[in-house]
Amino acid sequence: MTEAEQPGKDLPGRDQPGRARADEAPDGRRSGAPGRAGKPGAGKSGAGRIGVADSGESASVGAASRESASGEPASGERGNSRESARLAVRKTYKLYIGGAFPRSESGRSYPVASSEGEFLANASKASRKDARDAVVAARKAFGGWSGATAYNRGQILYRIAEMLEGRRAQFAAELADTGAGRPGEAVDAAVDRLVWYAGWSDKITSVAGAANPVAGPYFNLSSPEPTGVVAVVAPDEPLLGLVSVIAPVIVTGNTCVVVASERAPLPAITLAEVLATSDLPGGVVNVLTGSVKELAPWLAAHMDVNAIDLTGVADAELAVTCEQAAAENLKRVLRPSDPDWSADPGVRRMTAFLETKTVWHPTGV
Amino acid sequence: MFEYAPAPESRDVVDVKSSYGLFIDGEFTDGAGAAFKTINPATEETLAEVAAASEADVDRAVRAARRAFGTWSAMPGSERAKYLFRIARIIQERSRELAVLETLDNGKPIREARDVDLPLVAAHFFYYAGWADKLGHAGYGPDPKPLGVAGQVIPWNFPLLMLAWKVAPALACGNTVVLKPAETTPLTALLFAEICRQADLPPGVVNIVTGAGETGAAVVNHPDVNKVAFTGSTEVGRLIARSVAGSGKKVTLELGGKAANIVFDDAAIDQAVEGIVDGIFFNQGHVCCAGSRLLVQESVADELLEALKRRLSRLRLGDPLDKNTDIGAINSAEQLARVRELSDIGEAEGAERWSPACELPGRGFWFPPTIFTGVAQSHRIARDEVFGPVLAMLTFRTPAEAVEKANNTPYGLSAGVWTEKGSRILWMADRLRAGVVWANTFNKFDPTSPFGGYKESGYGREGGRHGLEAYLDV
Repeated sequence: MTEAEQPGKDLPGRDQPGRARADEAPDGRRSGAPGRAGKPGAGKSGAGRIGVADSGESASVGAASRESASGEPASGERGNSRESARLAVRKTYKLYIGGAFPRSESGRSYPVASSEGEFLANASKASRKDARDAVVAARKAFGGWSGATAYNRGQILYRIAEMLEGRRAQFAAELADTGAGRPGEAVDAAVDRLVWYAGWSDKITSVAGAANPVAGPYFNLSSPEPTGVVAVVAPDEPLLGLVSVIAPVIVTGNTCVVVASERAPLPAITLAEVLATSDLPGGVVNVLTGSVKELAPWLAAHMDVNAIDLTGVADAELAVTCEQAAAENLKRVLRPSDPDWSADPGVRRMTAFLETKTVWHPTGV
Repeated sequence: MFEYAPAPESRDVVDVKSSYGLFIDGEFTDGAGAAFKTINPATEETLAEVAAASEADVDRAVRAARRAFGTWSAMPGSERAKYLFRIARIIQERSRELAVLETLDNGKPIREARDVDLPLVAAHFFYYAGWADKLGHAGYGPDPKPLGVAGQVIPWNFPLLMLAWKVAPALACGNTVVLKPAETTPLTALLFAEICRQADLPPGVVNIVTGAGETGAAVVNHPDVNKVAFTGSTEVGRLIARSVAGSGKKVTLELGGKAANIVFDDAAIDQAVEGIVDGIFFNQGHVCCAGSRLLVQESVADELLEALKRRLSRLRLGDPLDKNTDIGAINSAEQLARVRELSDIGEAEGAERWSPACELPGRGFWFPPTIFTGVAQSHRIARDEVFGPVLAMLTFRTPAEAVEKANNTPYGLSAGVWTEKGSRILWMADRLRAGVVWANTFNKFDPTSPFGGYKESGYGREGGRHGLEAYLDV
């Protein structure tokens, strides 16, 4: 069977007290940086970027003022100091599969534009094969991640929040490019959401489980367990929405393959960089960019995917196609919705991807 | 070996009518479909003729349920509770009658109908009756709402018990129901309809439409049904999941299984043998959570097999109404054909087949308890759900191998573990991908205990606080 999981393998020493490895990550240096100067909305740099693409450094000057405190080398003109006339080193946006950043095996990409229509980057256009590779990576990671202690998973989610906080300016800028209003607040909300879910890791079992008073001499206990590999079609809310669909899936021990917002995929790949530096084992979250219409049905039909979150499927017909395909191996389906991402999420996004296991044992002497 | 004198339960306690109608809006009515016969599988005698509901009949039933939903859902939970308590009491009062009718229509031994099915049916109504006015404390918000009309389709292996699992929580939460019993076992559901009338349950709250697959499809696909609950085969479960796609209906599915019953070398062998027998030969193996794959640690395999064969030789197969009977009739000719076919394939694929010397009655549908040894994981008897008294035995050496083999199935409904070592039980229970894990026991059920599968055994849980979620708009 494909479910060759080996649960219970501890993640040795990860993020345990006294092991400071994680905190030595290079991002840590930036977390205290006064990067807030670039408050969202404070400067749309789009015009500059397209300029960079076309004619070198000429346009980057305007953008630099906003970013001087950030020091992020991540995209386009950022990282240029005011006096520099050098050509920016841009970031190649690739996929995130099994903890690595491969290009699409198909060699395809698609241009991503800002909300004002300016070219930002060529994102990888993932193929069916990439989706399958991502499922393989997610399955491989499932045993270790679901077998990790809840405490450990909670710390790693908290670590993701720390890493995200440290890159606040970078994300605010990327969100501004997508046309998001109040991008800084969106980053703050995403960080807070991660912290909120981190705290759930060792509480959801108490809330969703039960001790059952059966009418007989038996000990009987129900506890929630992760469903397995979850395919997630992320909503078109490039950071807060994305974090709000990933965190509840993984905090309970599932692993996932996420299809990022097709319109605004770049923050998802930057989030993958955050995940990659957060002690999250490779394969727990895999991020695909590309066509939702192309990728979602493959994932919905994949026989080694246990559940699918269709939240981001805006096309009603596509949602029905996916739900029908999901029936083939009885995937758990979370149907499309358009929630208010700033509202209290409740526990439903966690319980949707949890199984209840009930264990019986006789009592006696 | 002792010979037992026959101890037949009298069938006079139940008055089987020659024909039955549909139960819609509190009345028994004719159906537009072609009436069908339900037979006693132990004798092949016709018990009654039963109306078949057409699409129009199902529509009538759904409309009745919709009308009743307004008052039923608005009724204080404490009042709904009292109706359910009443029903529970009447079931207890009429349990002997119901047990005999169940045995006649289903073929299961009266001992099981009387001692397992009926007590659990009554307990289920009692349990969910108590929830009706406490839903705000169930963890789904302060005032969770019902869904509306629930369309429910149930199987033939535990006809009345599956009805209870569906109807009790649905009603407690404030829904109304249209239920379709299995084509081969409609009679106890129709007697239940009479119980609803005795309880003065408002008309339309429970509607029962009998028929075959098309009737079930009409219930599932009716546009004014808000919730679909199905127990049955994975194959039909897939069809249902596919057909409700895009409808927004809430769905719970309790489907097939191929459970591993795992015996370690330190297990109490005699108790394990009882558990194995209970796991696969209870109810003729017509149990979705049956322990149909026996995984035995290699060092005790011979000893266990010998004890198991000895125990099987003592099982009594025959008249289901006889109180000494252990193994009753296979429910239908169709199911018997399937059990035979898969067993023949087992032999053809190279496994070794064994049954105790066992005389089968001349009439009716019968299959002897059967063990296959020398089974490979690739054999169909180790992969397909036989849904009959057929056990496939495999061996393992290490706990890790046992887990790997147990999980090597698209199903994930139940599993059993037999060992005297507590830490090993918990280690195994952690790793088995199944909704119910019975340790040093098997096939135990209780209304307080959630039941349901992982993977292709379906989704949703029945029983316990968890069972409420299926019938609440949460």
